[in-house]
Amino acid sequence: MKAHWIGLLALACVFGCAPKEEANTSPGTPSDTGKKLSVVYIPKNTGNPYFNDVNRGFEEACKEVGADFTTVGPASAEATSQIPIIKEQIQRGVDVIAISANSKDALNPVLDQAKAKGIVVITVDSDLTDNESHRDACTIPTDFSKIGEGQVALLGKLIGNEGEIAILSATTDATNQNAWIEKMKEELKKPEFSKMKLVEIVYGDDEPQKSTTECEALLTKHPNLRGIISPTTVGVAAAAQVLEQRGVYAGGPKAVGKGVELTGLGTPDQMRRFVESGVVKAFQLWAPYNEGFLAAYIGTQMKQGKLKPAAGMEIDVPKLGKRTFTEKLELVGSPLVTFDKKNIGEYHF
Amino acid sequence: MPRPGVRSRCGRLHKHRELIPAVLVVVAFIVGSMQSRFFLDSRYLLDSSTLYAEAGLLALGMTLVIISGNIDLSVASTLALVAVVSANLLDAGWGLPAVVVAALALGALLGCINGCLVAYAGIPSFMVTVGTLALYRGVAQAMLGAESVKMPSELIGIDMKYVPGTVVPVSLAGLIVIATVCGLVLNRSVLGHWVRAVGTNEKASFYSGVPTAGVKVAVFAIAGMLAGLAALHIDSRLGVARFDHARGLEVDVITAVVLGGTSIFGGKGSVLGTMLALLLIALIRTGMGVANVKAEYQLAVIGSLLVITVVATNLGERLASRGRVKMRTQK
Repeated sequence: MKAHWIGLLALACVFGCAPKEEANTSPGTPSDTGKKLSVVYIPKNTGNPYFNDVNRGFEEACKEVGADFTTVGPASAEATSQIPIIKEQIQRGVDVIAISANSKDALNPVLDQAKAKGIVVITVDSDLTDNESHRDACTIPTDFSKIGEGQVALLGKLIGNEGEIAILSATTDATNQNAWIEKMKEELKKPEFSKMKLVEIVYGDDEPQKSTTECEALLTKHPNLRGIISPTTVGVAAAAQVLEQRGVYAGGPKAVGKGVELTGLGTPDQMRRFVESGVVKAFQLWAPYNEGFLAAYIGTQMKQGKLKPAAGMEIDVPKLGKRTFTEKLELVGSPLVTFDKKNIGEYHF
Repeated sequence: MPRPGVRSRCGRLHKHRELIPAVLVVVAFIVGSMQSRFFLDSRYLLDSSTLYAEAGLLALGMTLVIISGNIDLSVASTLALVAVVSANLLDAGWGLPAVVVAALALGALLGCINGCLVAYAGIPSFMVTVGTLALYRGVAQAMLGAESVKMPSELIGIDMKYVPGTVVPVSLAGLIVIATVCGLVLNRSVLGHWVRAVGTNEKASFYSGVPTAGVKVAVFAIAGMLAGLAALHIDSRLGVARFDHARGLEVDVITAVVLGGTSIFGGKGSVLGTMLALLLIALIRTGMGVANVKAEYQLAVIGSLLVITVVATNLGERLASRGRVKMRTQK
């Protein structure tokens, strides 16, 4: 019997030691929280570096507009894991809920509840596709229709617009990848790229092992290959690894002719060591920071009634510049950012 | 092996087993209100309870299964499959009453499959239901893929409906009614008596005329039927059916049952204990959530709670039976 009470005591201690409220709220003077707007950001899950960069954007925008900012995320990116959090934030009486939705439709009822309470709901990075009426606006990473163009231009610059090139993609049926590849083909028809010849497109299925094998096969089949574009984070990292191991990158110990230049879409954290060692000169992605900054800015503006998003409406965002709402009330976070030796140190995601 | 005086000892331990979650519920209330000024709001707490309705229904079935000396890891997958099938039936124009009947029947059928494999093929329930955990969700995924089926708008939001004239959500009231029925079945009916007997000592109960195979099929069928009901609830609450509904929920459900004092070795346990434990988990989650405590800490607290409770219960039992040769009857 005694053991029960010892157990209970121990449990009470566990509770008691649990972190108290506001443990992870950004510092702000509690006395005037009544007047300040409060913004909460719910990422897909916690501990994901990508969302840490989004968070930084929120923090700085909230500082800028004088709002309180908190972030709370679920432990897993499971479809319904954000529902309790949204309910809790409604109960806390926040003014703006920004969320990277884990489900495009399972959150509809609870987001409607939030909207009914007058809370502004902004989706960030991951939208409620085909269920857009359940949120007020959305910030998207970049203008995806410009990715093909940007990637070809970058590779062209690296190889002097001349030579055989190949594409290492994800799966054969990935909609976004295929759309970007189509754009790349169109772009390559332009006169300035007439000496760049697309020799093959291979698919690594977004698996490191398959991507590695496909990249090795490319190098073997096309000894004169000058450039590879891999518009997927898994592919570009795997390809960088292959070029490094074989030493065939431009300037590498076993480079044939001028060597192979690799570019694509990658995250700075994954690509850092390849850029620092010179295997990869430059690659691209967007700035997640901007998505957070934009969401916090428009969310607070909308709550104060200073902004009513409409399709085609142009707004001027402090520090970021002009942005235009799309048909679905989306705002583009940033143009493609090119990361190279000079700027990669500034990015951490 | 049957032990002398096992019945009376069980009786005494039951009280203490429920005592732990009961006291902890009080502690959780106090700590919760200390942690955040947003916590102690009856309307909010009642509304939040609807998030746990599915776990509650699954936990009721799981309590019976575990008391019978088995385990059902497939409950959440059963839920997902029924959720997908019933949404498809609604989509195909079936009326609500027909869909409800179909959902309960399908749930019971899936449970029966588990039960028959355990009772007649003699495969341990753990192995059977690890298999059907993958199988049932696999079928659901094969039917829908990554798509989701939308519910008709008039059937969305059962969790936001209230018992007329009160602030009590229909989901909560329904769960309490079903829990009461389960409690009565377990404590007052012949079936309940048999379930405990099979869980305490299957051989002995077989030789004393208990239809052990039938009892096992029955508990799995009940668990499946309750999962079918939970499937309808989740479809209505989320407004869509997807194959990944309630993925991993079986872990929460087993946590609640064990925390509620039901012995994982079978024979002992109660519906009240399970419901108190679920209430405790809901209070802790809600309390820490509304205080913006990070998800990692929430997991750690629930985890420590479970470990400490199990250790305390077993230690208590060991102390209580000191001086006696203790033998667990394990299959």
